[in-house]
Amino acid sequence: MTLAWILFYLPIAVAAVNQLVLRRNPLVPYLATAAAGACFVTSLLLLGTTETSGFSWATVGGLDIKIALKLDHLSTGMMVVVTGVGLLVHVFSLAYMKKDEAVNRYFCGLGLFMFSMTGIVLSENFIMMFIFWELVGLSSYLLISHWYHKDSAADAGKKAFLCNRLGDFSFMIGVLLLWGISGSLTFEGLKSWADGGGVAAASTGVLGAAILCIFGGAVGKSAQLPLHVWLPDAMEGPTPASALIHAATMVAAGVYMLFRLQLSIGAEAFAGFAGTTIAWIGGLTALLSALMASQQNDIKRILAYSTLSQLGYMIMAVGLLAGEAGMFHLYTHAWFKALLFLGAGSIIYACHHQQNIWKMGGLLRKMPITAASFAAGTAALIAVPYVTSGFWSKEEILTAAYNGNKFLFVIAVAVAFLTAFYMTRAFVVTFLGKPRSDDASHAHEVGPFMWIPLAVLAILAIVSGFGFVSEKLNATRPEHTANTTVLIASIATLVLGVGAGFVLYRGKESDPLSIPLFRDRFYFDGFYDNFLVRYFQDAFAAIIHFFDELLINGLLVGGLSRGAVSVGNLFRKLQGGQLQAYSFAFGLGVILVIYFTVF
Amino acid sequence: MATLNDYLLVSGLLFAIGLAGVVIRRNIIVVFMCLELMLSAANLSLISFSRFNTINGLPDYNGQMLVFFVITVAAAEVAVGLAIIVALYRSRQTIHTDELTSLKG
Amino acid sequence: MPSYLFWLFSTIMLIGGAAVVAFRNPVSSALSVVTCFIGLAGLFIGLSAFFVGIIQILVYSGAVMVLFLFIIMLLDLKDEQKRAKGFAPLAAGIGLAIAFVVQLIGVLSRTPNKVAPPLDAQSLAAAAGNFVPGTKIAAALKDGRLPDVHLIGHTLFTQYNLPFQILGVLLLVATVGVVVLSKKQAE
Repeated sequence: MTLAWILFYLPIAVAAVNQLVLRRNPLVPYLATAAAGACFVTSLLLLGTTETSGFSWATVGGLDIKIALKLDHLSTGMMVVVTGVGLLVHVFSLAYMKKDEAVNRYFCGLGLFMFSMTGIVLSENFIMMFIFWELVGLSSYLLISHWYHKDSAADAGKKAFLCNRLGDFSFMIGVLLLWGISGSLTFEGLKSWADGGGVAAASTGVLGAAILCIFGGAVGKSAQLPLHVWLPDAMEGPTPASALIHAATMVAAGVYMLFRLQLSIGAEAFAGFAGTTIAWIGGLTALLSALMASQQNDIKRILAYSTLSQLGYMIMAVGLLAGEAGMFHLYTHAWFKALLFLGAGSIIYACHHQQNIWKMGGLLRKMPITAASFAAGTAALIAVPYVTSGFWSKEEILTAAYNGNKFLFVIAVAVAFLTAFYMTRAFVVTFLGKPRSDDASHAHEVGPFMWIPLAVLAILAIVSGFGFVSEKLNATRPEHTANTTVLIASIATLVLGVGAGFVLYRGKESDPLSIPLFRDRFYFDGFYDNFLVRYFQDAFAAIIHFFDELLINGLLVGGLSRGAVSVGNLFRKLQGGQLQAYSFAFGLGVILVIYFTVF
Repeated sequence: MATLNDYLLVSGLLFAIGLAGVVIRRNIIVVFMCLELMLSAANLSLISFSRFNTINGLPDYNGQMLVFFVITVAAAEVAVGLAIIVALYRSRQTIHTDELTSLKG
Repeated sequence: MPSYLFWLFSTIMLIGGAAVVAFRNPVSSALSVVTCFIGLAGLFIGLSAFFVGIIQILVYSGAVMVLFLFIIMLLDLKDEQKRAKGFAPLAAGIGLAIAFVVQLIGVLSRTPNKVAPPLDAQSLAAAAGNFVPGTKIAAALKDGRLPDVHLIGHTLFTQYNLPFQILGVLLLVATVGVVVLSKKQAE
C-alpha cells in the first residue's frame, strides 16, 4: 500500500519542489520526467493488487469523509494508462518545450495534473473524487493558458474552466442526490447499498436524476454536447499537454467516473431514461463532432473533434449499459490518440508552429518516422480490422449499439465512416502531395526525444487491443463476440471512408468541399458567444459587480474599516483634551466605585 | 447637639459642591479653588471623627495630625500648582480649560 | 457646640462654597473661598480642634487664598466668558454632585448615628492620669482645660516626628520647584 501512497504523493511533491525550491533551475524538466517514470514503474508494480487504505479527512457528525486510495482492477489498469501516457508526454515535452521561457511552469503544471488524475483514479469515494476532479480542471486551465500572453490562450483557458465548472456543479448536485438516496458516498458503500436492493427500492425518477446530474459532470469534463465547445479551443495549449490532458486522460475521466458509478450501483440502475439520455447524448456528440472534424483545417482541431467523437462513443457505450466496452475503448484510445497528438506535435514543431494542414504536404518523405507512427495511429483510430487496437474496442461499442438501439447503431456506423474519411483527409493532405508552404518544405525529422515516444506509442496503438497485452495491463476488456453484421458494416464504412478521402483529397491544393455549417461547428460557439455570453454572462457580471461593490467592498471591507474608524473616533472623543470631560469621567468613576462597593 | 451624621452630611455637601465646581468651571484657578474645597471637606470629616471617637476621654489626635499634614501638603501643592498656572499662562496666554486641549488625541 | 452655632457655621460654609462655583469673577470666587473657610474654621473650633481651626484661617484663608489673589491679579484675569455651546458640563457637574449626595445620604442613613462624647472638666481630669504628672498637659487637664496645642505638639513630636521632618523637606522642594517654574524660560 505504501507504493500506492508514493504514487499518489510523488508528482505533487516533485512539482512543489520544482516550483518552490528549484524554480528556474534547468534540472526541473528532467526531475519531473524522472518522477513521471517512477510513477509509471510504480503503477506497473501495483498491477493486480486489490486494497483500500486511507485516513479520515473530515468528520461531521456521523459522516466521515476519507482521503483513501482504492486499488482494484479498474483503477490500477487506468493508472497504467495515465502514467504511461504521462511519462511519454513528459519525454516528448523535454524536446518540444525546450525553447519555451516558462518550461518549468509547464512541467509543474504536468506534475499537478498527474497528481490530480491519480487522485481521481484511485479515489475511494465521491467527495475525494470531486476534489481531484476540480484539481484536474485547475491544472487543465493552467496548461491551456500556458501561453497566457496570447489572448486566445487565456480565453480558451477561461472557457474550459467555465464549461467545466458548469459540469462540476451538476456533478456535485448529483453526488449529493445520490448520497441522499443511498446514504453513502464511498463506492464500496454504494455497492453494498445496491446489492442490498437499494436500487430497486429507490424511486426511479430521483435515481435517474442523480445519475444524470453526475453525468453532467462527465459532460463537462469529457466535453459532450452541449458543453463540448471548450475542448477544441483547449488546443491553444502546448501540444504535448493537449495529448496528455485533452486527448488521452483527463477527458476520459468522465467516462471513468461513469463506469465507476456503473460498477458500484450496478448497470441496472442506468436502465431507463437515464441510460437512454446518456447514450443519445454520446451518440449525437460523436456524430456532430465527426461532421465538424471533416471540415477543419487546423491539424490539432481535427484531432480535437476526433477526440470528442470518440468520447461520444465511450459515453454512448456507458449509456447502453456496456461500460466495459467504453472503458476498453478509453484504454486503446488513450494510446493512439496520444500518439496522434504527439505526432501532430512533432509535425507542428518541424513546420515552425504551422498548424494548417493546407500549408503542409509532402511530409512523408521528410519525416518518415513521424509519418509511419501517425499512420499507425490513424489506422488504429479508423479501426483497421484485426491488426489495430482500435478495431477491437470500437467493435465492442458497435456491437453494444447493435444489441441496444438500432438508431444509435446507424449513427455509430455513420461516425465510423466519417472517422475514416476525415482521418484519411488529414493524412493525405498532411503527408502526401507536394509541400504547399516554405514551412513544410524546410521540415525535417525530429530528434529522438520526440520520435521515441512516438514509436513506443505506435507499437502500443497496434498491439494494445490484443488480449495478451490488455490482460497484462489490467485493461477492462469485455468478451469479444463476433457479430457478422457489425463486422461487415465496419469494414464497409472503413473502405468507403478511406476511399472517399483518397479520391477527394489526393493531390488537391485546397479543400474541394466547403460546408460552412460543419466548418463553423454548427454555430455552437456563435450561439454561446452572441446569446449566452452577451445576455447571461453580462447580466450575471453586473449582479456580481453589484455584490462586489456594495456588499464586499461597501459593507465588508469598507464597513469594517469605517467601523474601525468610527470606534477610533469615539475613543478620540474620550481623549478630547477637555479637562472637564476628564474630571467628569473621573467623578463618575468614583461614584460608580462607591456604588459597587457600598450598595 | 449636632450628631456625627450631621457633620458628615455637611462635609459631603461641601465635597459635592467642590466636585461640581471642578466639572463646571473653566477658569483653571477656580478649578483649583474647588479642589481646595474638596480637601477641606475631607478635613472636616477627619476632625469630626477625631472628636466623636475619644481615646481615654480625649479627642483622637491622630485624626488631627492627618488634617495638619493635609493642610501643609495642600499649601505646598497650591504653591507649585499656581506656579504651573503662571508658566502655562506665559506660554499659552490663557487659563481657560476649553482652550487648553493639546492633550487631544 | 450648640446646635444653632453648628447650623450657622455650616450655612456660612456651604453658601461660601456654592458662591465659589457660582461667581463668574475669579476674585469673587477667591473671597467666597475665604468665607467658606471661615465657616469651616468655626466648625473646627466647635469640634474642639482649636489649633486646626486657627491654622485653617491663618494658612488657608490668610496665606493660600492671598496667594490665589496675587496670581489672579498678576494674570489680570477677566470674568469667565459665557459658554459658547450648551449646558452639558453644567448639567453633568450638577448631576454628578447630586448623585454623590444621594449616595452619601444612602450611606449615612444606614450607619449608626453618634452623639459627641462629653469633654467637660470631669472627663478631662480623668484623662490626666495618662500623662506624666507635673507636666503642663497634666496640669491643664487637672484644671479641666483642654491643652489642645500642647497635645498636638506632643503627638507631633513623639509619634509623628519623622513625617514631620519629611514634610519640611517637601516644603523646601516645593519652594525650589516654584522658583524654577516661575523663572522666565531662556528663549
